[in-house]
Amino acid sequence: MIIKNGNVVLKDSVVKADILVKDGRIARIGENLLGQDEKVLDASGKYVFPGLIDMHVHLREPGFEYKEDIESGSKAAVKGGFTQVCCMPNTSPVMDNKVVVSYVKTRAKEVNLCKVHPIGAITKGEKGETLADIGEMKKAGAVAISDDGRDVKSSRLMRLAMEYASGFDMKCLCHCEDLELVDGGSVNEGYNSTLTGLKGIPRAAEDVMIARNILIAQSLNVPVHICHVSTYSGVQIIRDAKRGGAMVTAETCPHYYAVNDDIITSFDQNTKVNPPIREERDRLAILEGLKDGTIDCIVTDHAPHHVNDKSVEYSLAAFGISGIETSFAFAVTYLYKTGVLTLNEIADKMSYSPARILNLEGGEIKEGGVADLMIADLDEEYEIDSKTFLSRGKNTPFNGYRVSGKVLFTIVDGEIKYQA
Amino acid sequence: MLQSKDLVGLIETSREEIVEILDTAANMKKLLKQGIKKLPHLQGKTVTILFYENSTRTRTSFELAAKYLGATTINISADSSSVKKGETLIDTGKTLDAMQNDFIVMRHPMAGAPHFLSRHVKAGVVNGGDGMNEHPTQALLDMCTMREHFGHIEGLKVAILGDIKHSRVAKSNLVGLRKLGAEVRMYAPETLIPKEIDKMGAKLCSSREEAVEGADVVMGLRIQLERQQAGAFPSLNEYAEFYGVNERILSLAAKNSVVMHPGPVNRGVELTSSVIDGSNSLIDDQVLSGVAVRMAILFLLTQRANKIG
Repeated sequence: MIIKNGNVVLKDSVVKADILVKDGRIARIGENLLGQDEKVLDASGKYVFPGLIDMHVHLREPGFEYKEDIESGSKAAVKGGFTQVCCMPNTSPVMDNKVVVSYVKTRAKEVNLCKVHPIGAITKGEKGETLADIGEMKKAGAVAISDDGRDVKSSRLMRLAMEYASGFDMKCLCHCEDLELVDGGSVNEGYNSTLTGLKGIPRAAEDVMIARNILIAQSLNVPVHICHVSTYSGVQIIRDAKRGGAMVTAETCPHYYAVNDDIITSFDQNTKVNPPIREERDRLAILEGLKDGTIDCIVTDHAPHHVNDKSVEYSLAAFGISGIETSFAFAVTYLYKTGVLTLNEIADKMSYSPARILNLEGGEIKEGGVADLMIADLDEEYEIDSKTFLSRGKNTPFNGYRVSGKVLFTIVDGEIKYQA
Repeated sequence: MLQSKDLVGLIETSREEIVEILDTAANMKKLLKQGIKKLPHLQGKTVTILFYENSTRTRTSFELAAKYLGATTINISADSSSVKKGETLIDTGKTLDAMQNDFIVMRHPMAGAPHFLSRHVKAGVVNGGDGMNEHPTQALLDMCTMREHFGHIEGLKVAILGDIKHSRVAKSNLVGLRKLGAEVRMYAPETLIPKEIDKMGAKLCSSREEAVEGADVVMGLRIQLERQQAGAFPSLNEYAEFYGVNERILSLAAKNSVVMHPGPVNRGVELTSSVIDGSNSLIDDQVLSGVAVRMAILFLLTQRANKIG
């Protein structure tokens, strides 16, 4: 296959070039490339990105297939421009052993769309009591561990987990949340929680655990990754830690950099997400953190839910946003078009960095590299409409938002897996 | 005319609508004082009183208001634990719709529940208290009482003391009183003041004295023992000592000041008995205003429905 005349987003520059793909690899990048009997994709006026990598999604299988399964989630992922996703272990049964890890890997291979990397649980059943089979899960194909959805409450056990996992070169992806401080809250604590009467979640609920988890990792001299940062103070803690030499990496999500919590005042249950969407000062700090490298990557925390899980009182509604099909457009609209990040930086946050953090192949367009690619039109404007989602989760608060940035092709190992 | 088929909160209600409700309530109150308790305005209408929380006075007040206007009333008490387990709120609402019910008066432990329900039912939804959000009819009855006593709301200085954070009464009063041009002062333990409520127009005070000095209305709020158990303050004794209103504090208020409380009162905690039973206490009058205000709201919503068809 030859991708002709695209604007190719390389590590540090954007060049107009052709890309020759052979046997699932990028054979050559250059001008006026010719192949023999090759399929030609005309990418004139379009942009070629490294296939996006989302290191934080929920595919819900096994156990919650009514919300999403590996097939629907993979279809949604490639539609969103993602060639690799890492799925969290809060399934049923919990992915805390090699059997579930193998099952997910096998299902993903049968579906054969994007690459799916399982993230194993830190503790058995995500109960925070005893360690899951970290070594066996790694052997079965897990790329990291996380009790996402909750934190490991015991500092002692968290320390043991980081220490033990480091022996297998497995990173802890920390969902930072002190449940006592959350105290049943469902939105950010601040003016809008007062205005709506919805119980607030203070920033401290997230911050104290960000700090704890970094301090534990630092004391062990092991790397640690902080999930879905939502607070300005969390950004500051991570920035300070990085300056102090801690091996910490961090992620945030589109709903934290694009909007503030004014959107919760409609009581729209689709705005309910954990951690909660915070205030404008947090949003601005997250943009700053993305810019200065404090926040390494953008994930979706794709959390598909059935409409029944959301069509209840706000306080009873499930937390989560179905985000994998809108993430790239959000990056183009709210980061690139606004001048916050360059295209190279977006490729870094959404592909290169996640690959480096989890030691995945890909993340970069280079000769000899894997042909995981995505071709997009950055100027096509359209309205978000969850009815068009391939994900089973239609739960987005962004219906009707006008965005630009449309994924046209998603190519995995040199094969077209999605075409608009 | 009211703009919406529902009354979910004073945040959603305009100044003009509030005035219309208060004007109508004043007329209803006159009739009630004359012993007229049989009016035809809601004849042929059905009002379902759907309470997911315990309540005696609000429920009784709504039921009498509906009955005095000639409506058929149904009471549904749902244990708050059934909120999580039983039929969903939407399904309950749709069932009532199918039975040709006209109004749902709802109390619910979760903020936004009436707003949510109102979007999914044909019936008019009247909020009888939703979690920590609003209790619009209580604030309207408080305003009705103040307006009758002082002749106006604009310019009144209203001091609200107590558990502001968990009080939907305080919040609805703040919203309504500000829309009508009153000053609202608040004082409570720091743990019981909601974040940034000053941005909603409250004047936060740093002492009881500051809050009450020169106030026309001193309103106490019920302090619940469970807040103390949750650690918001150390003991009821300490609460009464630093945050309660006694005669000495009340003496700082304006000359013709009045005392109000949404009830039920913890005597000797938020207000001393001498304050509750004092000559300037309007607590009993608030109760009568409650029936009048609820009659006014049901009447105006029916009038709107009849006009729109």
